Amino acid sequence: MNFIARFLFELQEMSLLAGRSARGIFKKPHYVPESIAQMDYIGVGSLTIIILTGFFTGGVLTLQTYQTLESYGAVDQLGYLVSISLVRELGPVLSALMVTGRVVSAISAELGSMVVSEQIDAMRALGTDPIRKLVAPRILALLVTLPLLTMISDVMGIVGGWAVSTFLYGLPSQMFLNSVRDGITTDDLIGGIIKPLFFAFLMGTIACHKGLKTEGGTVGVGRSTTSAVVMASIIVIIADFILARALQLILGTQT
Amino acid sequence: MMTQDSIDRTIDNRVSDQAAESTFKEVDDTDRAIPAIEFRNVTMIYDGRKVLNDLSFKVMKGETKIILGGSGCGKSTTIKLVLGLIKPDSGQILVEGEDITNYNENNMMKVRKKLGMIFQEGALFDSLSVYENVAFKLHEQGVPEEDVESEVRRMLRFVNLEDAIDKMPAELSGGMRRRVGIARALVGDPKIVMFDEPTAGLDPPTARTICELAMKLRDLEDVSSIFVTHEMNNLDYLTSEYAVVNEAGEVVFEKEGEKLCLINSKVLMMRNGEIIFSGTDETLRRAEDPYIHKFLRGH
Repeated sequence: MNFIARFLFELQEMSLLAGRSARGIFKKPHYVPESIAQMDYIGVGSLTIIILTGFFTGGVLTLQTYQTLESYGAVDQLGYLVSISLVRELGPVLSALMVTGRVVSAISAELGSMVVSEQIDAMRALGTDPIRKLVAPRILALLVTLPLLTMISDVMGIVGGWAVSTFLYGLPSQMFLNSVRDGITTDDLIGGIIKPLFFAFLMGTIACHKGLKTEGGTVGVGRSTTSAVVMASIIVIIADFILARALQLILGTQT
Repeated sequence: MMTQDSIDRTIDNRVSDQAAESTFKEVDDTDRAIPAIEFRNVTMIYDGRKVLNDLSFKVMKGETKIILGGSGCGKSTTIKLVLGLIKPDSGQILVEGEDITNYNENNMMKVRKKLGMIFQEGALFDSLSVYENVAFKLHEQGVPEEDVESEVRRMLRFVNLEDAIDKMPAELSGGMRRRVGIARALVGDPKIVMFDEPTAGLDPPTARTICELAMKLRDLEDVSSIFVTHEMNNLDYLTSEYAVVNEAGEVVFEKEGEKLCLINSKVLMMRNGEIIFSGTDETLRRAEDPYIHKFLRGH
């Protein structure tokens, strides 16, 4: 099978998995405890890295832009610049990449291990659909938690930016916060939530697909995990560009 | 004049009747004439190689079909086909007379409820305890917890592992994992059970215990089964002993002989995806084929 045929075949398989898991989210049986456990693992478990990433990203953004803005006499726009950058781009993308590193790898490795130890076959043999039992709760958990994590990351980024501007450069707090408030629009916030929803669906589908297609024993688990993380990271970046353009057209903003 | 097929069917019916008598159960003869599992000219190709080539055989009700063969000859593929975990490229597979060859995943889920499968390494769910593993099917069906517990305990008693009910799979030995796998497969009392090399890598006493469980299912529960193995001691146990309940109500294993001739166990030998022998263990041991000769004696 050549590269294009293999790509199209994989795309078809991933689309089918996405469709079946989407059906699994809405149709009975609903695996509520599994979904909650996954939300706990993905959401609560990722909080620390999201808080740290968000805070220091906002901080470094202020660090890098303060002097440029000062030379143009536009320091009062610092909060606007930091918050727009975070809410529109850095928050969704960085959160998605951080969750990819932590969660996509874990999902892929877990499902891959289940495949090679015949646990997936055993589940099917016991009359349970692994897509409903394993895939749907993981994708649902990502859909719920990634937008929330992104919002937390945005807020922490703004806090980081405020902390650097206030404590390092002595900028009045009110000036920074006013420019944040004046700068962010509802469309920015909508865009900042829509993006993580798409990212979550793509990341979940890739992680589960790669995990369930694991072949070749424990070596295969490592291979599928690496492949899932690489693919999810690239797809997040590409999807971000496509979504940014789509949101510009739909919302009529520069989101 | 009888055709070969009708001779087979007559023999198979006799086998089934004997199995039924041994369990002292009332059975419907017309129902028993339908094979529990039937393969009709099944061919499977993987990576351009014929993994199974025109495979045809029947497993009658109450019968144990022991599939022998070296690694990679298509034994495990055969039982995965029965479960619909993989699909054949041509031919037909029937489970209790129902053609499942082209069933989709939803339809297969219903068929799988009638089947039990014991995987090579147990395939226990690592994140679930022994109790949760055995209760998996019942939890999925929404059975009330008190009924689940009594059924799980009954199954664990059957495999003599009630004490391990709260353990996690990582705490179990290889033999215990297989036995939990058997208990999990037997929940819901499936009438067809498949064993995929259940004794591979186990010490002889534990392997014997697993074979005894298979004999109990065959002789006391009237279960039809496919027992995939490449170990000759498994063949010896399954074809020369039978389980009975003695006067004290205990299950004991007796050697076949003057009292009873065991005819509900048959042997199928595979090589490179093809059946090279089908019959009883006695005829297998008399076979002239050099490969069979070497397989049985190891040289």
